[in-house]
Amino acid sequence: MTRQGTLARPTGVRRALSSPFATLAVLVMTLLWTLPTFGLLVTSLRPQSDVAQSGWWEVFVHPHFTLSNYHDVLFNGGFGVSDGLMPYLVNSLAITIPATVFPIALASMAAYVLAWVPFKGSDTIFFVFFALQVVPLQMALVPLLQLFSGGAHVGSATVFPALGLGGTYAPVWLAHTMFALPLAVFLLHNFIAQLPRDLIEAARVDGASHFRVFRSIVLPLATPALASFAIFQFLWVWNDLLVGLTFTGGTPEVAPMTARLAQLSGSFGDHWEILTAGAFVSVIIPLIVFFSLQRYFVRGLLAGSVKG
Amino acid sequence: MWADASVKFVNTFGALAGFAGVLLVLFYFGGRAKGRMSRRLAIVILLGPGLLLLVVGLAVPVVRTIYLSLFNDDSSKYLGAGNYTWALQNDDIHQVLLNTLLWIVVAPLVTTGLGLGLALLVDRLRGQAVYKSLIFLPMAISFVGASIIWKFVYDYRDPAQPQIGLLSQICIWLGWSHPPNWILSHPLNNFLLMVVMIWVQTGFAMVVLSAAIKAIPEDVTEAAVLDGARGWRLFAHVTIPMIRSTVIVVLTTVMITTLKLFDIIRTMTGGNFGTQVLANEMYSQAFVEFNVGRGSSLAVLLFLAVLPLVAYNIMLLRKEREVR
Repeated sequence: MTRQGTLARPTGVRRALSSPFATLAVLVMTLLWTLPTFGLLVTSLRPQSDVAQSGWWEVFVHPHFTLSNYHDVLFNGGFGVSDGLMPYLVNSLAITIPATVFPIALASMAAYVLAWVPFKGSDTIFFVFFALQVVPLQMALVPLLQLFSGGAHVGSATVFPALGLGGTYAPVWLAHTMFALPLAVFLLHNFIAQLPRDLIEAARVDGASHFRVFRSIVLPLATPALASFAIFQFLWVWNDLLVGLTFTGGTPEVAPMTARLAQLSGSFGDHWEILTAGAFVSVIIPLIVFFSLQRYFVRGLLAGSVKG
Repeated sequence: MWADASVKFVNTFGALAGFAGVLLVLFYFGGRAKGRMSRRLAIVILLGPGLLLLVVGLAVPVVRTIYLSLFNDDSSKYLGAGNYTWALQNDDIHQVLLNTLLWIVVAPLVTTGLGLGLALLVDRLRGQAVYKSLIFLPMAISFVGASIIWKFVYDYRDPAQPQIGLLSQICIWLGWSHPPNWILSHPLNNFLLMVVMIWVQTGFAMVVLSAAIKAIPEDVTEAAVLDGARGWRLFAHVTIPMIRSTVIVVLTTVMITTLKLFDIIRTMTGGNFGTQVLANEMYSQAFVEFNVGRGSSLAVLLFLAVLPLVAYNIMLLRKEREVR
């Protein structure tokens, strides 16, 4: 990749825009982009009585902070809600970790076979994975829910038994795994197919089985791609509302935090101290993931959309 | 409550451990097989589970959704195209389709335009990493979280009271003493909700486009400059053509996200006040009204709307990969 000399002589558009105007415009935009989140954070740290009476900018005049909103929203719920967000936070973690691990394990295995163990029909199978990326998950929600709750029958014969998974995480894990597979296989296949042919063939000649090649050569080399996809999948599952809502019915036993927050946002529209603290709790884990793994994240983002 | 949480974690990590255990056993026995058998086992064990889940979880359900869309609410009566005529003749659904169309045209264009502008501006600034991170940050926030953030910005109070929402306060500071109830009654409420989508996705557009601009070979720009291209002409005749495919990929990606839009509407207005879109209406029909046929027909309509966009996007992506 050739770099545009950003510090060298600025040319053309760059020079035309390299004015105080550019700096000012970016500054204003950054401020606009950050202000709403900042307001949320400040509000979540103000006492309830202050929040009800004035905007968060008043905090610069009367600084007064407390952590009690967080305690309330996590453990008490407040306003007639028996449970706080804590059980939902646990649910979100319990949903997200397996729903990140399962698809990556299955997709990397499938991607290895499709890339390095060609067989009759493997191209067709890759195309099916590839083509199913176009399916919006709404297309699969109703049949999947019916399948999980009632099984599948042809006439009177049961093809697939009713699993009785209501009230467990399994349907959400399965749904997220299924929906993630096409993209995961596609991206990981592209990466795994580009590994050096010599390396894999040499190991095969030495008598290593495909299982061994996959475990000791492909997996370690594919770690960056796996990590980048894992971050995507983690954020995607953590931030999901539709799948979580559909497959958990919003119950405290299994529903993720997003489902609870959407519900709170409808019923407690005026209790901003609760809502803002809740929203911040839901944001904190993706933010940690994002900041600690930002390098992989942006790299993974670019791998899919820009050549170079 | 802690006991409850620990039970949940035991279940979760139990499932993970079980999954890992099954894989280990399969790998152990698969790895010991010899010759042709080993190859077949590798295909079955490594590809099998993923393929099975894909067929059971996506391929079959898609066909079944199309099938279900031809029946009434509990699949007892065949309606033919009945659900589709219902959707296309119903005034409420017209509003839903109109809103969806409005979203997928306006939100992606604004997002990509803003992202491109920012990418051009930010690249030459000192401390660009900080600006980029801050603008990219909303990408890590869930749409539910983002909706709560913006609902707070749009919060409506009687103008006689002290304001809590920033937007009304700014209007009052600027001398507009009676700002309206933004998202519940304002005629532009669809656009105000779109701001949330734009806010979340502009950082993505900026980062991707900025990388594309940096990837333009320096000699191309220099040749154009030697030929006398400056400013706007350089931008229109060199920069834009060089990043055209990336712009289209960004535009399409944002469009697909927009088409699947669900969380923002559900969290901010619940689809009331003329803000319902296709994905939410599908959810209401299928999972609130329990009209499986109508819900399925809306899902099919959504699919038909996404299909050309995504197909084009994927074709483009493939072409780029082949070039590489």
